[in-house]
Amino acid sequence: MALSAFFLMLFLLQHFAINMMSVVSPEMFNETSHFMGTNPMIQYLMQPILIFAVVFHFVMGFILEARNKAARNVKYAKYNGAANASWFSRNMLVSGLVVLAFLGLHFYDFWLPEVTTKFVEGDMTGLNAAGEFRYFEELQHKFVDGWRVAIYCVAFVLLAMHLMHGFNSAFQSTGIDGKMAAGRKKFGTAFAIIVPLGFVFIALFHFLTQTGH
Amino acid sequence: MNLNLKIWRQKNSNDKGGMHSYQISDVSPDMSFLEMLDVLNQQLNDKGEEPIAFDHDCREGICGMCSLQINGEPHGPDRGVTTCQLHMRKFNDGDTIYIEPFRAKAFPVIKDLVVDRSAFDRIQHAGGFVSVNTSGNTQDANAIPIPKADADKAFDAATCIGCGACVASCKNASAMLYVSAKVSQFALLPQGKVEAKDRVLNMVKAMDEEGFGNCTNTGACEVECPKGISLENIARMNREYLSASLKK
Ligand code: HEM
Ligand code: FES
Repeated sequence: MALSAFFLMLFLLQHFAINMMSVVSPEMFNETSHFMGTNPMIQYLMQPILIFAVVFHFVMGFILEARNKAARNVKYAKYNGAANASWFSRNMLVSGLVVLAFLGLHFYDFWLPEVTTKFVEGDMTGLNAAGEFRYFEELQHKFVDGWRVAIYCVAFVLLAMHLMHGFNSAFQSTGIDGKMAAGRKKFGTAFAIIVPLGFVFIALFHFLTQTGH
Repeated sequence: MNLNLKIWRQKNSNDKGGMHSYQISDVSPDMSFLEMLDVLNQQLNDKGEEPIAFDHDCREGICGMCSLQINGEPHGPDRGVTTCQLHMRKFNDGDTIYIEPFRAKAFPVIKDLVVDRSAFDRIQHAGGFVSVNTSGNTQDANAIPIPKADADKAFDAATCIGCGACVASCKNASAMLYVSAKVSQFALLPQGKVEAKDRVLNMVKAMDEEGFGNCTNTGACEVECPKGISLENIARMNREYLSASLKK
C-alpha cells in the first residue's frame, strides 16, 4: 500500500510540474509532452509501472478495507470516531473512490485519445493538421466545459484530503520516523494541500483565460 | 445526578445480546464509573434481577482489567485514564450513557460487558519475552550501559497495561499499538536485541492469526490509550518487521 502510494505521490509531483508548464509556457509544455509521449523508457517502462501501481493501490485498498471491516463483526451501537481520529483518516476509501472515478474520466479524456492517435492511427508525430504540436490545444479543449472543470476541482479537493492523511501515513507504515519527523509531517500537510490545489489552479487558469473572464 | 444508561446485555458467548435501558438516580459526581455500576448492580440484585457482568480488579489504573466502551470511546471521554479512574463528574445530570463491551472479532464477549482478551496473552507467548539463563551467574542488568533516552522509551512502552483500548478504539480493530509496545520495550534494550528478529516476526504473525485488523494509522489508539503509548512504537515495529523480513 505504502510503496504504491509513494510511487503515486512522485508521479503526482511529476505530473504537476509538467501541467504547470502549460501555464508558464505552451512551447515548453508541448516539448515536454512530446518527449513523455514518445520516449520508449517512459512509454514502455514507466507507464506500465504506473498503471500497475494505480490498480495495485486501489485493489489492495479495497481488500484492506474489507478485512478491517471483518475484524469487528459486531458493530458498536455508538461509536464516536470523530473523538480520536480525523475524518480524512477514517474515510480513505471515500476520498479514494472519488479519485478513482476521476481517474476514469481522465483516462477517457486524455489517455484513450492519445493511445488511439499513436497506436491505432499510428501517428507518432504529435503534430496537428497545421503542422504544430497538438498537446497544448488539446489540453485547452478539455477546460472549456464548466462541468468538467467543476468535477476536476472536486476530485482534487478529495485527493488533497486523501493525502492529508496518506502522505504521513505512508511514512508511518514503512517505519520512517527519524529526527526529521516533525518537519516531515508539516511538509506532508503542505504537499497534500499545495499540489492538488495547484492542479485546481491550472484547471481554473485555462478555463478562465479561454472563457474570456 | 440522574442518568439514563443503555447497556449491552448478553447471557453468554452464544447469546445474540442487545442494548437494554436502565435508569439510575442520585449518582454522586465523586463516584468512579465502576462504583456507579456497583450501585446499579446492587439495585438489580435487590429487585432479584441478574447483575451486569463487567471486568475490574485493581480499580486504580494499573492492572488493565477494566474495559468498557463508554459513549463510543474506550474508557470514556476522559484522556489518560482507565474506566476505573473515570469519575462521574465528567457527565451531566440527565445524560444518556452508552456502555458496551470492547468490540473486536478477536475479543469475543463472554458475558454482558466482559470480553475474552486472551488473544493478547497468546501474542505475548509468541515472543514477548527475553530468554535469560538463570544458572546463578546471570549478569547484573545494571552492569550493561544503556543510553538514558533508550531506557526511557523502553520504559514508556512497558507502561502498557494490555487493556485493549487500542483495539476497541480502532475502526479496524487493530492491535498494532499493543503489539508494538510489547515489541519496543525489548527492541530498545541490549537484552532484547538478541531475539529481536524472531520476536517481531512471531508476534506479528500471532497477531494476524488472532484476526485483528490492519493498521491504517488513524491514530485513534494513541488518543484513547490510558497510558499514552505513542504511535512511534508502531513505526518502530514496522521498521523492525521490514528489516527482519528482509534478513530472513
Ligand atoms: C493519485 C492517486 C492517489 C494517491 C497519490 C494516493 C496516495 C495514498 C497514500 C499516500 C496512502 C497511504 C498509504 C499508507 O498508509 O501505507 C493511501 C492509502 C489508501 N488509498 Fe490512495 N492514493 C491515490 C489514489 C487512490 C485511489 C484511486 C483509491 C481507490 C479506492 C485509493 C484508496 C486508498 C485506500 C483505501 C488507502 C488505505 C487506507 C488507509 O491507509 O487509511 N487511493 N493512498
Ligand atoms: S481495574 Fe485495574 S486498571 Fe481499571
